[in-house]
Amino acid sequence: MNGFLAWIEERIPLMRVANMHAIQYPAPKNMNFWYVFGFLATIVLVNQIVTGIWLTMNFVPSAEGAFASVEYIMREIDYGWIIRYMHSTGASAFFIVVYMHMFRGMIYGSYQKPRELLWVFGMLIYLALMAEAFMGYVLPWGQMSYWGAQVIVSLFGAIPVIGPDLVIWIQGDYVISGATLNRFFALHVIALPLVIVILVFLHIIALHEVGSNNPDGIAIKHKKGSLPESEKTKYEIHEYYTSKYDIADDVLPFFPHIVLKDLVAFCIFLGLFTYVLFFAPEMGGKFLEHPNFEIANPLKTPEHIFPVWYFTPFYAILKAVPDKLFGVLAMFGAIAALFALPWLDRGKVKSWRYRCGLHKVNLIVFAIVFVFLGYLGGTPQENWKIIASQIATVMYFGFFIALFIYSKNENTKPVPARISK
Amino acid sequence: MKKLMFFLAFFVPGVAMAAGSGYPLDKAPIDLTDKASLQRGAQLFMNYCLGCHSMQYQRYQRSFQDLGIPDDIGQEYLQFTGEKVSDYITRAMPEESAATWFGAAPPDLTLVARVRGEDWIYTYLRTFYADDSRPFGVNNKVFPDVGMPHVLQSLQGVPHEAYEEVMVDGEMVKRGIGLKADGSGSMSEAEYDQAIADIVNFLEYTGEPSKLESHKIGKWVLAFILVLFVFVYLLKKEYWREVH
Amino acid sequence: MSNVSVDATESAHNENQPENNTRRRFLTVATSVVGGVGAVGAAVPFIASWNPSAKAKAAGADVEVDISGIEPGQLIRVMWRSKPVWIVRRTPEILEQLGNHEGELKDPNSEAEQQPVFAQNRFRSLKEEYLILVGICTHLGCSPQHLKGGAFEEIVEGVPDGFFCPCHGSKFDMAGRVFQNVPAPLNLVVPPYQFVDDATVIIGSEAEAV
Repeated sequence: MNGFLAWIEERIPLMRVANMHAIQYPAPKNMNFWYVFGFLATIVLVNQIVTGIWLTMNFVPSAEGAFASVEYIMREIDYGWIIRYMHSTGASAFFIVVYMHMFRGMIYGSYQKPRELLWVFGMLIYLALMAEAFMGYVLPWGQMSYWGAQVIVSLFGAIPVIGPDLVIWIQGDYVISGATLNRFFALHVIALPLVIVILVFLHIIALHEVGSNNPDGIAIKHKKGSLPESEKTKYEIHEYYTSKYDIADDVLPFFPHIVLKDLVAFCIFLGLFTYVLFFAPEMGGKFLEHPNFEIANPLKTPEHIFPVWYFTPFYAILKAVPDKLFGVLAMFGAIAALFALPWLDRGKVKSWRYRCGLHKVNLIVFAIVFVFLGYLGGTPQENWKIIASQIATVMYFGFFIALFIYSKNENTKPVPARISK
Repeated sequence: MKKLMFFLAFFVPGVAMAAGSGYPLDKAPIDLTDKASLQRGAQLFMNYCLGCHSMQYQRYQRSFQDLGIPDDIGQEYLQFTGEKVSDYITRAMPEESAATWFGAAPPDLTLVARVRGEDWIYTYLRTFYADDSRPFGVNNKVFPDVGMPHVLQSLQGVPHEAYEEVMVDGEMVKRGIGLKADGSGSMSEAEYDQAIADIVNFLEYTGEPSKLESHKIGKWVLAFILVLFVFVYLLKKEYWREVH
Repeated sequence: MSNVSVDATESAHNENQPENNTRRRFLTVATSVVGGVGAVGAAVPFIASWNPSAKAKAAGADVEVDISGIEPGQLIRVMWRSKPVWIVRRTPEILEQLGNHEGELKDPNSEAEQQPVFAQNRFRSLKEEYLILVGICTHLGCSPQHLKGGAFEEIVEGVPDGFFCPCHGSKFDMAGRVFQNVPAPLNLVVPPYQFVDDATVIIGSEAEAV
């Protein structure tokens, strides 16, 4: 048996890769609650891919057949409803864990040097995920699918000169139609999942190259020869890391310690996930919107239309600007600002634990503003909300501007040299 | 141009699409486990609704099975369209006539409970009232200017807006006290409310036939996850106790 | 959820290594078993969803066929579970033929379970006159052709009527019995069926044993 495994290992380094990237990967031992969301996002990604493949087995990607085929899955296929709800609940769960994951990166400065590319890859995943979610939402061909697609695709019409032609090109027709549905289906089930999986792969490779950050923002890798033997970790860490650096006594191996911690989080997540799946799959109309149980009708717009909740913060920014072109620019600018975060933050200290009080306030206000924008974008328009969303939009961008200014000469607290001290 | 109008409708405040009437909705007293109510609801639906509204995503047989009705009984007393018990619940009225008779084809009702909510339907079916200005002679409180006749009038009777005269500041004033049927229907008010609840119950069922099974399985799955959590948590503690 | 804190009391007990290892091993095994059960449970919907859907099952229900209009020698096809089912009204001549070529057949006495018990006879039928078969070749699933009135002689000498599979040349007689030296291994399948009366047959279920 060992001979056989050795034979394989000589030809394809399965164990070496497993040891290097999973089993003997050094992870800071102070990684807390906030550090489970990357693992959970991976789990949700697998869930989406598997349930997605199964849904494809019975879904009919045509304007005539899509809506009925979803109901066919819900009614006629054995446990088809479980698979469908796993996918629809998974879509929302994906964004919940990804937003938590991103906010973790922000409070502990995980985007700062040397993790800029890691952050950029993460943002690319987020972008691809938004495209994936949007196209997936069109597929059931309900009223919200149709009119949501109408609004989002129309955004491209704001681009000067080529806008109107671009919209028709994307739609493949003069309105959202079966042609649009078919191309979105192809992108949703093949192209974008491939892109996301590749980006996730790159994200993890980049993470393991620079190493995991931690709530103290303290490096665990030290210059070779700088640590006395007594301060080096006792755990078995892969030589890929130990040959280049001294790994401090601040780490745990990914397996079993970190995996077990992640599994505890996974069980809690699974409990919440299955509760929604079995008892509240519509989540009060947030995860599955009520008008989407009505087949798409190009002649009748639903009374109120909103994007699904995970897009509503950006939708609120779009609506806050009274000009169509500038509204679209503001919306994309809101996402672009996140991309630029590693360069907007000029601070040297990573974690908010050791940064100035203003930074903490700024982060918390940003989180509140983001949630508030989500509320504004996801509820019917009222007069007071116009002003509110304009103020919130300014505050959203204000976060980045303020960060850029105060991070230059910031009063920081001293950061300990080691986690365990 | 159409697109521009569409945008205006969304992004300019105040130009809201025909909004809901805001009429207060009554809570629908329904219970998915009440098979007798579901059976009565199915019977009312098949007799009064299916003429115009289809239920095209649901099959007769599935409904009969879930409602505890033997196939042959169901086929004899409840199935008026289609041939086989395995057929979908399609309406009797041809598609073209539907649009010409009512202006727009009456919507499919398979999922109406998930679109509108059970309380909306429950209130809607109980708030028709006589209004001579409308083509069918009735209007609706929840859905103003609805293009549907009061199909259940033979059960409820003709409902009118009722008023009472009260003395306010020394003057007699007419005050609305809701809708009152004229008593020409075959049911009392309580009976009618129950009949509507039965229909709503049936519609709630057809909106999501897997709901009861979902709750049943869900309890076991959650219980299992709790057990898994306990073991994983203990194992994690066991490995982490050596970590300082 | 601070993991860095040192729990002095717990680490003090740490010297009790053997007990610790037993506990660790027990928890590892128990967690794995529970997790494994969960994985199997999670797989159930995915596996079950490959079963025929409720609609397909409903379409696979028993089929009632009126056979009063079938001419002697005629074959009619009906669908049962989306499969072609043949009903042939055999003439006395055809029935007579069946005994003449039994030496050339693989399984003349229908010993392989390709038919309900009631059809385990020379005629492979409930009533001699009516042959009811699933019209799918037992080789690779093509539907054989019905060659009659001497047309089958070109395939098998001395046998005027029979079934010939165009895909790989398998041959069957007018009781659906397979000839030797052809790729099909078994006789054609006789589906369960019952006669309601002389004019009506139900395909898909047998009469209750009396």
